[in-house]
Amino acid sequence: MSARAPVLNVNDLRVGFVTEGGRLQAVDGVSFDLAPGEVLAIVGESGSGKSVTAQSIIGLTRSPNSRIEGSVKLHDEELLDLSEGALQKVRGARIAMVFQDPMTSLNPVYRVGDQIVEAVRAHRRTSDGDARALAIEMLDSVGIPNPELRVNSYPHELSGGQRQRAMIAMALALEPEVLIADEPTTALDVTIQAQILDLLKRLNRERNLATVLITHDLGVVAEVADRVLVMYAGRVVEQGSLDEIFYDPQHPYTWGLLGSLARIDQARTQRLPQIRGVPPSLVGLPAGCSFRPRCPHSFDRCVHMPDLAARADREAGHLDRCWLEPERKRELREVEGRIGLEEPA
Amino acid sequence: MSVSGNGEPLLEVENLVKHFPIKHGLLIDRRVGEVKAVDGVSLSIARGETLGLVGESGSGKSTLCRAALQLLKPTSGSVKFEGREIAGLGRRAMRPLRRQMQMVFQDPYASLNPRKRVSQIIGDPLRRQGVGSSAERRRRVHELLERVGLSSEHYDRYPHEFSGGQRQRIGIARALALRPTLIIADEPVSALDVSIRAQIVNLLADLQDEFGLSYLFVAHDIAIVRHVSDRIAVMHEGKIVEQGTADQVCESPRDPYTRSLLSAVPIPDPREARARGASA
Repeated sequence: MSARAPVLNVNDLRVGFVTEGGRLQAVDGVSFDLAPGEVLAIVGESGSGKSVTAQSIIGLTRSPNSRIEGSVKLHDEELLDLSEGALQKVRGARIAMVFQDPMTSLNPVYRVGDQIVEAVRAHRRTSDGDARALAIEMLDSVGIPNPELRVNSYPHELSGGQRQRAMIAMALALEPEVLIADEPTTALDVTIQAQILDLLKRLNRERNLATVLITHDLGVVAEVADRVLVMYAGRVVEQGSLDEIFYDPQHPYTWGLLGSLARIDQARTQRLPQIRGVPPSLVGLPAGCSFRPRCPHSFDRCVHMPDLAARADREAGHLDRCWLEPERKRELREVEGRIGLEEPA
Repeated sequence: MSVSGNGEPLLEVENLVKHFPIKHGLLIDRRVGEVKAVDGVSLSIARGETLGLVGESGSGKSTLCRAALQLLKPTSGSVKFEGREIAGLGRRAMRPLRRQMQMVFQDPYASLNPRKRVSQIIGDPLRRQGVGSSAERRRRVHELLERVGLSSEHYDRYPHEFSGGQRQRIGIARALALRPTLIIADEPVSALDVSIRAQIVNLLADLQDEFGLSYLFVAHDIAIVRHVSDRIAVMHEGKIVEQGTADQVCESPRDPYTRSLLSAVPIPDPREARARGASA
């Protein structure tokens, strides 16, 4: 799958902020490749650094208070070195972004079509009429009915699902190579979510679009992703193919996430297996493994930070950040016939 | 409908209607129509039972909760609590009953007064209802903090010092303060991180066992509703389209809307998802 040359290559990305509470490292050494047509899901909870990673790819976290290090390459071009002006040419045209809440990312006082036309004409020398025709075509391709009428609608005249479709239409109008979708369906109802996910899958296939999907929802991941990064407190704790993450997870945090899900296709059990404690504050993280305070299987070695590495018997692309031996992991993650994270009896 | 426990239901809602007028015009309001937010809903909750209420945004779930609790005046219909009609009762008449029915809200950032300390937030219902001396109330707040998984050192803190999950625990402690029999929880876990959801769901289950609470558990996430509920009611456009035991509704749904809702829920299992995608 990853035999093709990557479109996007992120290497040891580190993003730090100076805040009132002190310096914090929001993203601490994230690396991945993204091939054309591939969907990479970045999974994590609040404060895990998943959104900051996505935003830093297109320079949205640049500020006097931030420090961005490492490398982000679009083909061979280093994006972190680009000037703001040069980066603006990349943003929208070659790497597009779709956000969680379409109501706050569409301008409420401009017609939807005009917003798409504006975005197109900011990057391309084209007539107003042609840009408008493109807007209608895009609205049609994302499944908005009567696009020639809807192009004149204001955002508030569209439903939540249609607004998100319009956002996707705008993002794809310039035929970007990479789409970054940050919780694109979180604000939507499940039936609408299913439609948007189908749309994203179709666009991926048809346009060979490389996608970075930021989400907290493992159900969404299972539906659309090819590969998964699991982030915790700014670091990748596990990465691998979709099936590796769901059926052979190596990091206790991943076990906990998978185990704590209520599933619609499973009858009520007595209790949901839970992860104890709360996601950590990035100011004053413990030394060593960040998950250590919440991990029931931690031992003396965990005071040192494990590398993100492939352990002995696994595929090269499946990496994790945990000291436990592979044999031991297989025993520990088994909780009443399914994967979970439980206190040892 | 199976009503477990002893005899009459704790809460019985019959043919409840709540319409909102749509008004038009600047100086003179013309009534041009109405939104049928709740349009003839009947349901009942037995003692110690959890009824899950599922529906998408705009289906009328939250309006139903508020109309049942008389926080909104119902347009018509009946709401009986412990066999007594409460629909249309005024504030004063409702006041003693408020002890018995409490709410837990979705957004723990919006539902706690940022300028009050935790001790005041949890103690206020006690003070307002004139329960005990101030020393007794103090002791009770400490007890409640302990019970929901916080500690006595949190007593004097402000809401902003807590994470989302901890705030939801504060909201639950406040709801428990007056020893209610019914708790209406409106999307109590949907704003929380995945690893925290299970903690709060488990806490609610423990409290139910300990105090024999009845829950109306409202959520759009039918997977979590199935996990917590004895019975499930599915709401769509102001009406209950299907009602039954949790297993019935999720495994052999009869209503087409329930079926479409169920088939849209993502399953966190890639093989299942692929199988479903291939058959669709």
